[in-house]
Amino acid sequence: MAATSELPPEFIVKIDYDRCRRCKRCVMNCSFGCMHFTDRVVPEHKLCVACQRCVTYCPEHAITVTKNELAYKENANWSPELRKNILKQAETGGILLVGMGNPRDYPILWDHLLIDACQVTNPSIDPLREPMELRTFLGRKPDRLEFVERDDGEIDLATEIEPQVRLDVPVIFGAMSYGAVSLNVHRSLVMAAARSGTLMNTGEGGLHRELYPYAGNVIVQVASGRFGVHSEYLNTSAMVEIKIGQGAKPGIGGHLPGEKVDEDISKTRMIPVGSDAISPAPHHDIYSIEDLSQLIYAIKEATDYEKPVSVKISAVHNVAAIASGIVRAGADVVTIDGFRGGTGAAPMVIRDNVGIPIELALAAVDQRLRDEGIRNNASIICAGGIRSSGDMAKAIALGADAVVIGTAALVAMGCRICQKCYTGNCAWGIATQRPELVRRLDPQVGSARLSNLLTAWSLELKEILGSLGVNSIESLRGSRERLRGVGLDSQTLELLGVKPAGVGQ
Amino acid sequence: MVMRIDCKGLYYRKQNKIIRNAAEEGETEFILDNANGQRYIGSGISKKIKITVNGVPGNDLAMFMNGPTIIVNANAQDGVANTMNAGELIVHGSAGDVIGYGMRGGKLYVQGNVGYRAGIHAKEYKKQVPIIIAGGVAGDFCGEYMAGGILVLLGLNRSEGEPIAGNYLGTGMHGGVIYIRGEVDEYTLGKEVSVLPLDSKDMKVLTKHLKEYCGHFGLDLDEIMAEPFIKLQPVSSRPYGSLYAY
Ligand code: SF4
Ligand code: SF4
Repeated sequence: MAATSELPPEFIVKIDYDRCRRCKRCVMNCSFGCMHFTDRVVPEHKLCVACQRCVTYCPEHAITVTKNELAYKENANWSPELRKNILKQAETGGILLVGMGNPRDYPILWDHLLIDACQVTNPSIDPLREPMELRTFLGRKPDRLEFVERDDGEIDLATEIEPQVRLDVPVIFGAMSYGAVSLNVHRSLVMAAARSGTLMNTGEGGLHRELYPYAGNVIVQVASGRFGVHSEYLNTSAMVEIKIGQGAKPGIGGHLPGEKVDEDISKTRMIPVGSDAISPAPHHDIYSIEDLSQLIYAIKEATDYEKPVSVKISAVHNVAAIASGIVRAGADVVTIDGFRGGTGAAPMVIRDNVGIPIELALAAVDQRLRDEGIRNNASIICAGGIRSSGDMAKAIALGADAVVIGTAALVAMGCRICQKCYTGNCAWGIATQRPELVRRLDPQVGSARLSNLLTAWSLELKEILGSLGVNSIESLRGSRERLRGVGLDSQTLELLGVKPAGVGQ
Repeated sequence: MVMRIDCKGLYYRKQNKIIRNAAEEGETEFILDNANGQRYIGSGISKKIKITVNGVPGNDLAMFMNGPTIIVNANAQDGVANTMNAGELIVHGSAGDVIGYGMRGGKLYVQGNVGYRAGIHAKEYKKQVPIIIAGGVAGDFCGEYMAGGILVLLGLNRSEGEPIAGNYLGTGMHGGVIYIRGEVDEYTLGKEVSVLPLDSKDMKVLTKHLKEYCGHFGLDLDEIMAEPFIKLQPVSSRPYGSLYAY
């Protein structure tokens, strides 16, 4: 918000002048230009976005940021949000741009699903003392296995296995492009992925040369803008992903604003410094499933059939039929991104009103592929709205091979979900290219925190598996019988393929 | 040594594997006879090989290509030079839709016409500038979203009253340049481009590339340069900068 705008401030920054020792640390830390120093620190409330940076870094804990309670008089119909948006548009005539995922109060189905556990009749397993298998292989699995007997009586596998990618934990870092986020974010993600035996996804902005040595832990994305896509890039990867859609903004393209396109990004994306990086809404060489197939095989040709190819789509009404087409087009992995998935920038009207919940999309896709007998032809990755290991376990039970975390990974690195990613001023050094801000995220620290998160979720997942009495994630995958629904209507339960709580086997 | 491959009835996957493997072992020249729709010829190859295609190659010819020279002695289909990085592609005929999509470098010379969305989202970085020259006319959305590169339309052998480019010429363009030999109607232009006269620098660039182009197709450079050209350039490198509320 501009300081000159007539909008009332959203937040009030309170400074306890008795505690403040005038160190000006808050002035240095606020990247939104909210703090000024005259004879003492004076906040410009209107500029505050409640990113909590100053609050965290004030050595005297002299700062609190609160909501401006009566900025708008109470009205159950006309929420402050609605009035704020109208005022903004009346002042500018522009599309409302937002960062981060859909914040609205739509039902979160994960919170209406509960996991089973063993009691008496079947023993649970203690994961601290017994081995638990979390390894997952992504890629096309054969319809059947054939074996040949060697002369010495040993048996060899005769079936040729398509390329597979091994994950030690079934959690992948979601696609966030270099440009939308800083290089230090990419560094943190890739180092953590390498340490934890999983993958990070470049997003659509290419891969910085410095990260090429981490090829084995990288999914390289090919999006409509084709930024940074060349044969070496495609081959510097564990997997290649064609991005068709993103959960936060299904059906639309993206613009990385010119302010974020500095020298390094210009080089990685191959566009001039300062120009907008425009991703068209569709890939203009894909207008049909046949065209998609053509791009899938173009990538396979360019990578000598050595890498699985994933196709990422947003969760939309017809997601199951689309996913079936994608698998039949030759994709080895389908990534479905739910409507709560994050974004660096999206029009608010799209983010808040388009798409469907990932829980339903995932269940529908898994079921459809099973019904058609092609579930083994592709792995399913579930993205957009995974907040905890509990969500992850439920997603796996609904049929996911692995889950994606984006926002959760950013939060682990310091993000406070202030939703201002599109401004390029991220005070936590994440969604920014301003060198003095980028420096705030130390990749060593960032990657250690990400690895800690994955370690913690792995331990928790093992606890869940143990309580279910199984010792491998494979036994939970697609096992909807181990889920029950609470507070869900019968149609939703049917779509999820889950019985209501209270019903036994 | 030249490796001759008879493509009659040969599946693209097998054909391209033969080329890739032979190139890996040092083969530098290939002649593909009886090509008939095989896709992805030259795709993703980073070696400096030469491929001559006798017959019509399939879609995505030279996709992700990074160095080779390909000569096509027939028409080419859709997706020619898709996301191509380096090398040269000479088509003795016309080419289909979406040629040079996201092209990042190298040259694409088409003797005849090109279809819809030619040069869409071509890019450039410093000295790496892709060049597309078509001798004939182009379909709608030519140069859409161009972020860099040089696209030239010569409009040769047009029938009476045939426009040199379709509608929405240069729409969404925010980098690069389009040179057109002749005039275009104002209403066919995308709103992100403006028409400018060529300066001496433009003439130098254009002459250089056209000289090469004429060499490939046996055309007379002076004759081509005798007609006036116009230049299309984006109005802004940030076409959507003011689209959003704060
Ligand atoms: S640092 Fe963040 S919370 Fe503090 S004043 Fe600035 S914008 Fe507000
Ligand atoms: S990434 Fe930065 S700007 Fe975006 S929500 Fe998190 S803290 Fe705010």
